Amino acid sequence: MTDLEGFRRETRDWLEKNCPPEMRRPMVVESDTFWGGRNATYQSDAQRVWFERMRDKKWIVPHWPAEYGGGGLDPERAKVVREEMAAINARPPLRSFGIMMLGPALLKFGTEEQKREHIPKILSGEIRWCQGYSEPNSGSDLASLQTRADLDGDHYVVNGQKIWTSYANKADWIFCLTRTDFSAKKHEGITFLLFDMTTPGVTTKPILLISGYSPFCETFFDNVRVPKKNALGTVNKGWDVAKYVLQFERDSISGIGDRGAKRAMSEIALNSVGANEKGHLADPLLRSQLANFEVDEVAFQFASERASDQVKTGQAHPAFSSAMKYYGSELNKRRHELFMSMGGSDALEWESERSQNGQTARTWLRTKANSIEGGTSEVMLGIVAKRILNLPGA
Amino acid sequence: MALVLNEEQTLLRDSARSLISDKAPVSHFRALRDSKDKDGFSRDLWKTFSEMGFTGLLVPEEFGGSGLGCVEAGIVAEEIGHTLLPSPFLASSVLAASALQRAGSKAQKAEYLPKIADGSAIGSLAVDEGGKHRPHAITLKAVRSGNGFKLNGAKAFVVDGHVADILIVAARTAGADDDPKGITLFLVDPRAKGVQIERTIMVDAHNAARIAFKDTEVTADNVLGELDQGSAVLDGVLNIGRAVVASEMLGAGDEAFSRTVQYLKERKQFGKLIGEFQALQHRISHLYVELEITRAAVLKALQMLDEDFDNAAPIVSVAKARAGTTGTLAVQEGLQMHGGIGMTDQFDIGLFMKRMRVCQELFGDSNFHANRVAELRAY
Ligand SMILES: Cc1cc2nc3c(=O)[nH]c(=O)nc-3n(C[C@H](O)[C@H](O)[C@H](O)COP(=O)(O)OP(=O)(O)OC[C@H]3O[C@@H](n4cnc5c(N)ncnc54)[C@H](O)[C@@H]3O)c2cc1C
Repeated sequence: MTDLEGFRRETRDWLEKNCPPEMRRPMVVESDTFWGGRNATYQSDAQRVWFERMRDKKWIVPHWPAEYGGGGLDPERAKVVREEMAAINARPPLRSFGIMMLGPALLKFGTEEQKREHIPKILSGEIRWCQGYSEPNSGSDLASLQTRADLDGDHYVVNGQKIWTSYANKADWIFCLTRTDFSAKKHEGITFLLFDMTTPGVTTKPILLISGYSPFCETFFDNVRVPKKNALGTVNKGWDVAKYVLQFERDSISGIGDRGAKRAMSEIALNSVGANEKGHLADPLLRSQLANFEVDEVAFQFASERASDQVKTGQAHPAFSSAMKYYGSELNKRRHELFMSMGGSDALEWESERSQNGQTARTWLRTKANSIEGGTSEVMLGIVAKRILNLPGA
Repeated sequence: MALVLNEEQTLLRDSARSLISDKAPVSHFRALRDSKDKDGFSRDLWKTFSEMGFTGLLVPEEFGGSGLGCVEAGIVAEEIGHTLLPSPFLASSVLAASALQRAGSKAQKAEYLPKIADGSAIGSLAVDEGGKHRPHAITLKAVRSGNGFKLNGAKAFVVDGHVADILIVAARTAGADDDPKGITLFLVDPRAKGVQIERTIMVDAHNAARIAFKDTEVTADNVLGELDQGSAVLDGVLNIGRAVVASEMLGAGDEAFSRTVQYLKERKQFGKLIGEFQALQHRISHLYVELEITRAAVLKALQMLDEDFDNAAPIVSVAKARAGTTGTLAVQEGLQMHGGIGMTDQFDIGLFMKRMRVCQELFGDSNFHANRVAELRAY
């Protein structure tokens, strides 16, 4: 038996013993996800227990360096943990923008002090982060942002407004793009600042989404004083950090469809539409849509597998995450169009117990954001044109 | 196994690429087409293929081949797709070699595999009878007669049928017309009495034939595999063929794509390179993404055939379905973005469209394979 097989066996045993059955069920409602933070609440005892066990095992992020509280596993072992979790449909014990986006940038650009201060708190779930990038006039053209940070002694004074800041009203800290040099070209005067959302002058105002939820906010900064040492990366070179974070954000959005456990789509379709005498879905056009979707979905999973193998072997194009984000987000929108189509009028219920408060419809509406958040599909195609295909004027 | 080529596979790709782009660029195919070459492929180049070990790639070493796998066959096919090279590689080195290797008796293997491996004999697989691929809809009858069988019926779309030295023919020996049970594979000498071969010049000017059998006699020794049980072997061989054709389609699609990207950087209208127009940028970028996803699916299917043959079918279908839709998109977008010049015979892009159309039909089009995915998943 190789080491890796032994590790796989141990992992399997440990998960079997420690992952509560409730944490192996499909994630349906928002509170099925544990986000951590100073004001965190657990949906259930099982959620708490699962999180605490994984935290103590250091498997919140198995491959982050052990010196900052990560699992310190090599890529192969980390993959084993992911695979074994997937095999029992284990839910992620903690999700957060700290894990998905900021952490990798801290590891790459952070000072020793910054790493020691922030990474352990991401992993312990103590601090929940939000992402302050977009502004009312700077969306796709993010680098045109106008939120300013002016130096005053050993502090920056931040003034301006962000928008679409997901969970800003629940987050403890923000990673925020600010302009520190107004005379430089737009990409060259940006600084990446980290600050506490309880600093005086920070206010948030929730915005209601078409799904009926309000997970994101307008975020206002009025003379917010941020210690100078809270800049991540070089002053005025924050765009490099910003882009690095976006790469991880795009990776995580591209995989959006296969998060957590799910029932086979065909099973759901057969249940609701029925089968003919051959056992085929009774609606032949829905059947063909579903089959074509599944072809693309399976192929996309292989493409994700290939993309990570290319990273490992050093063959990856740095802009490839944009290609995957484009395809994965469009695929997820198709998936949820199909769920709506399969469900018919059952999928339209918005407020009943039966529909778990309109989960199918609300999720369908939420997925429409997949091709907007983290950079729109049009922007992703533009990045492919420019950085991968080297087309003129792109 | 990682979903990227390993070092040896990369070397194989590089040597196939340099041979094919050097000795058989698209002009090689044009010359064969325009001269109405009677074989439809170059025997000289086939010799070189043999010297390079491509003809015997899938044949085990004990029979003179190199005993490599489907991933390697796919690598060669992909390069073939890049230059539209007509060659019996698919029919003989992939399909016939796999059928003999998977189902042949000791004697059959010893007789045929060395010749297939060194390229001195060309094998060809005759399955389809109607216009659409229905591998179990076999009506060509093999009826017992004396110690052997008599064949009656006809096959269509037999790749390299008119240059074959050995035909592998799927015949019905029992059961109803579309029953998977009751199919038997036969090794048939194309020169046998009652075999009538009509070369069919297809839209892509690659080799295909219609073959009729009238009271053609074969001996019991010519049964390949087990009587009435041929469909399992056939399905397995077809899966190999499908994945390899998907690879060729990927190569052809990739070539159409790259040539189009190049054209976008050269052609000027309205005082700009047409590649500056965002409408075209987005379409070509979309195509790039589709090709990358198909590339992963095709490689996965080839790897599955090598590592977990019995479970490869659904993935092969995903790969062939994707190759069909992506390949079609590539040649259609490629032609459109070339404007008027793309419509001319003198320009290559149309040749890729023609070949893609044929490969789409070969061993099941995208609809066939999406349907098979649904059936395998029981809906
Ligand atoms: C659910 C959700 C969560 C989000 N969370 C966050 C968050 O936490 N933090 C944060 O900072 N931001 C967040 N965002 C904001 C998101 O990043 C922006 O919405 C996105 O970048 C697009 O910007 P915009 O909304 O201003 O649209 P615009 O940029 O105004 O785009 C409008 C349309 O024009 C198109 N367009 C724009 N430029 C081009 C071009 N050059 N070529 C072709 N088409 C173009 C776009 O594709 C789009 O279709 C979130 C958004 C959503 C929907």
